[in-house]
Amino acid sequence: MKEKLIVIGNGMSALRTVEEILSHNKNKYQITIFGEEPHVNYNRIMLSYLLSGEKTFEDTIINHEHWYDENSVMLYRNNKILYIDKEKKKVVCSLNQSYDYDKLIIATGSKPFIPQTKGTQLQNVIGFRTKADVDTILQTISKDKTAVVVGGGLLGLEAAYGIAQHGVKTILVHRSSNLMSQQLDATAGKLLQKNLEQYGIEFRLNQTIEEIKGDDEVQAVKFSNGEEVESNLVVFATGITPNIEIAKNSDIATNKGILVDDFLQTHAENIYAIGECCEHDGNTYGLVAPLFEQAKELAKKIADVPTTGYKGSITSTRLKVSGVDLFSAGDYLGDMTTEELILLDAKAGVYKKLVLFEDRIIGVVLYGDTADASWYLKLLKEETNIADLRAKLLYGKAGLGDAGHGGNDVNAMSDDEEVCGCNGVCKGDIVMAIKTNDLKTLGEVKACTKAGASCGSCLGLVEQILVNTLGDEYQAKEEGICSCCEVGHKEIKTCIDNNEFDNVYEVFKKLNWKTKDGCSKCRPAVNYYLLVKYNDNKYKNDRRSALVNDRVFANIQKDGTYSVVPRIWGGLTSPKELKDIAEIAVKYDVPTVKFTGGQRLDMLGVKKEQLEPMWKDLNDCGFVSGQAYAKGLRTVKTCVGNQWCRFGTQDSMQMGIDIEKLTWGSWTPHKFKIAVSGCPRNCAEATIKDIGVIGVDSGWEIHIAGNGGIKVRVTDFFCKVATDEELFFYIKAIMQFYREDAYYLERTAHWVERVGLEYVKEALLKDKSKAQYYVERFEESQKYAQVDPWQESINSGFTKEFEPIVLAPKEEF
Amino acid sequence: MAWLEVTHIENIPLMGSRKIIYKELEIAIFKTKEGELFAVHNECPHKKGNLSEGIVHDKMVTCPLHSWVIDLKSGEAQGSDCGCTKTYELKIENEMVYIRL
Repeated sequence: MKEKLIVIGNGMSALRTVEEILSHNKNKYQITIFGEEPHVNYNRIMLSYLLSGEKTFEDTIINHEHWYDENSVMLYRNNKILYIDKEKKKVVCSLNQSYDYDKLIIATGSKPFIPQTKGTQLQNVIGFRTKADVDTILQTISKDKTAVVVGGGLLGLEAAYGIAQHGVKTILVHRSSNLMSQQLDATAGKLLQKNLEQYGIEFRLNQTIEEIKGDDEVQAVKFSNGEEVESNLVVFATGITPNIEIAKNSDIATNKGILVDDFLQTHAENIYAIGECCEHDGNTYGLVAPLFEQAKELAKKIADVPTTGYKGSITSTRLKVSGVDLFSAGDYLGDMTTEELILLDAKAGVYKKLVLFEDRIIGVVLYGDTADASWYLKLLKEETNIADLRAKLLYGKAGLGDAGHGGNDVNAMSDDEEVCGCNGVCKGDIVMAIKTNDLKTLGEVKACTKAGASCGSCLGLVEQILVNTLGDEYQAKEEGICSCCEVGHKEIKTCIDNNEFDNVYEVFKKLNWKTKDGCSKCRPAVNYYLLVKYNDNKYKNDRRSALVNDRVFANIQKDGTYSVVPRIWGGLTSPKELKDIAEIAVKYDVPTVKFTGGQRLDMLGVKKEQLEPMWKDLNDCGFVSGQAYAKGLRTVKTCVGNQWCRFGTQDSMQMGIDIEKLTWGSWTPHKFKIAVSGCPRNCAEATIKDIGVIGVDSGWEIHIAGNGGIKVRVTDFFCKVATDEELFFYIKAIMQFYREDAYYLERTAHWVERVGLEYVKEALLKDKSKAQYYVERFEESQKYAQVDPWQESINSGFTKEFEPIVLAPKEEF
Repeated sequence: MAWLEVTHIENIPLMGSRKIIYKELEIAIFKTKEGELFAVHNECPHKKGNLSEGIVHDKMVTCPLHSWVIDLKSGEAQGSDCGCTKTYELKIENEMVYIRL
């Protein structure tokens, strides 16, 4: 028998919870929902668009009738639950019928808060919370009458804008001197006011309503300064108050809202509360993102999926008024202990303010240019140290010269502009997919449109599009690394650090993977994390969890053949080596031989079954695998240096060879390239490598986190050393810290941009013993990793499976 | 159509595959984690990638070229991708694998 789950409330948080529960377990509960309104679940956030006429009611519906049917969810509309009988586990509705429950969720939302004022009982004095309110407004307003909106917060401004769009004279009354004083500072408030005045909204600031006059209906409104205007409609948007009536009637503990713990449970057993009606840790929320975060945790709890509980939310705000770009998050006012970074261009209508505390962003206000909202929000949520970004921070992500997806303002992009080059997906496709399929997360957009599903370098852009399309409905969160799980890289790494595992499948079990075997995204990642923890001597690198190139030690080509690249240390070769390679290339009839960007020789078009004999021949000539396929050291590229060059100050060729011998072998999160230049002319192009070493008169400069990929990123200067020994020391420390700290498939450039250069410097330069720790860990790993994979796979018999099984044609008569 | 002997069951690696060639035809035989065998035409419906080189998970393989996921039982692409690759019948007798061609 299914357990009975009753949900009181048919709004956004109620339905999001139900959807999440169904996604965990479709069959556990028989679900019944009671809604006071006569509608299915619609998007309350869109009411302002409904009012302004930019959307129809149909557009705002989230769960259509067929959704309830398909998921066997029973919906009672126009039905108010009055009382919960906790003893008998029943709820009683306004029609005096009772229903049994095993688990109960209260999601009654909130009511408009209308301050005690004379005349509020009159007709056409309303709130702005429901479809019915919008209908009343639309039926009442007329061009020869004035509408009054009370409250200069988000909702009030949206209401005033919506009404003004119909050509109706609209006066907005606000009790303080700044608009949106809960979300904006005075400067941004003034800019916003100026902007909204252009839409025909008149403001009465520092004013309240003295009296609403009329017999049955509103006829006039008197303000606190004595001014009186004729009006037929007063909309109160002076805040909301949690709707806790039912909890009070049923003796469930309340304060401002219904009190809940981290698992959204009320003080009564089997009764939970979610959304605007609940109070968690002293906070009530009126924005949608926190409600969705709560829904996710509550659903896990109800569906018996392990959860660490809800920990409160950082809220952010966007105003949904066309033509006004505004965003705020966190502590936007700051205090004596905080610093502010401010950019103000009043003429262009751009204002940006970042509130900093101890080199971290704790508050954001953006007006006029919100393209970087998601980026700032991410820095805020992840508490990234921004010390080294500080000078450029206000200019946004594009100002950083970033390594992959900045430099593009999605607002400025046209619909036919390509976002995902790998899968040929344009901006318009993504926006359309988000709207028609009601996509909410990056993962959903990826799955539906394929944008960002391949190389992932456009994910930042895709996320921006998602943020811009959804507004504050978007919830940035660490997503599961693939659809098999709900945990991000960080959680997986922590879990592996804190527990012992023999293989990837044990990790999957511990972290509640939805699939038994994982997939091609999570298995290589988890395999890598285990390898880094245990090294090759204590963990058997799982070939079947490696992508093809890492498994067969060659690079697969588009036609299914492979490329073979022998290691040429430091890019220095000899006539004998060249002759050997040439003879082998001839022997195996290699169709293409090419010099690579990393100063190696690439033999392309080799059949899989040719790999083993070719590797044998190469091994016999003294070559090992060049690991041109590896997520590990690829090449150390060098310039000629002071052995020949008249400008050279250091012996870059020998140093390149030494560094390559030092660093090849161990796997890294992604491929790793090093270059050594003998002087600052930098002919080895060291400043776009993961580690760039540049010889100067007094020693070597170490630069890190460069990238020559889709977006070029120039290295950051890391430190200068006087001796070769110190250079080796820091190269080992940097590589090991990257190996242990970065996420799988994160290049050094992306890693350093995520964690900040300061973080890396702090870990390795501040305290030599800490760097020493990583050096030793690297040396330990190298002991077991510096094995030629070609020779090893021949010796172990692995290459046997490279041979195709040829079936003799059967005689046909 | 006839049953052709392919190889001993042990020659197909667990969670891996072997490529078999019959006249012009290239077929990939997979062994899942549970030890179940499947055979499909060794061409991804997307850009003809060698499915035999992909990662095997559950009863699916992910193409090594552009990560399409192919159901080994039906040959159909999963998720939002559309396409299908031909599947072949297999049987095991006395630990030998046979394919119906």
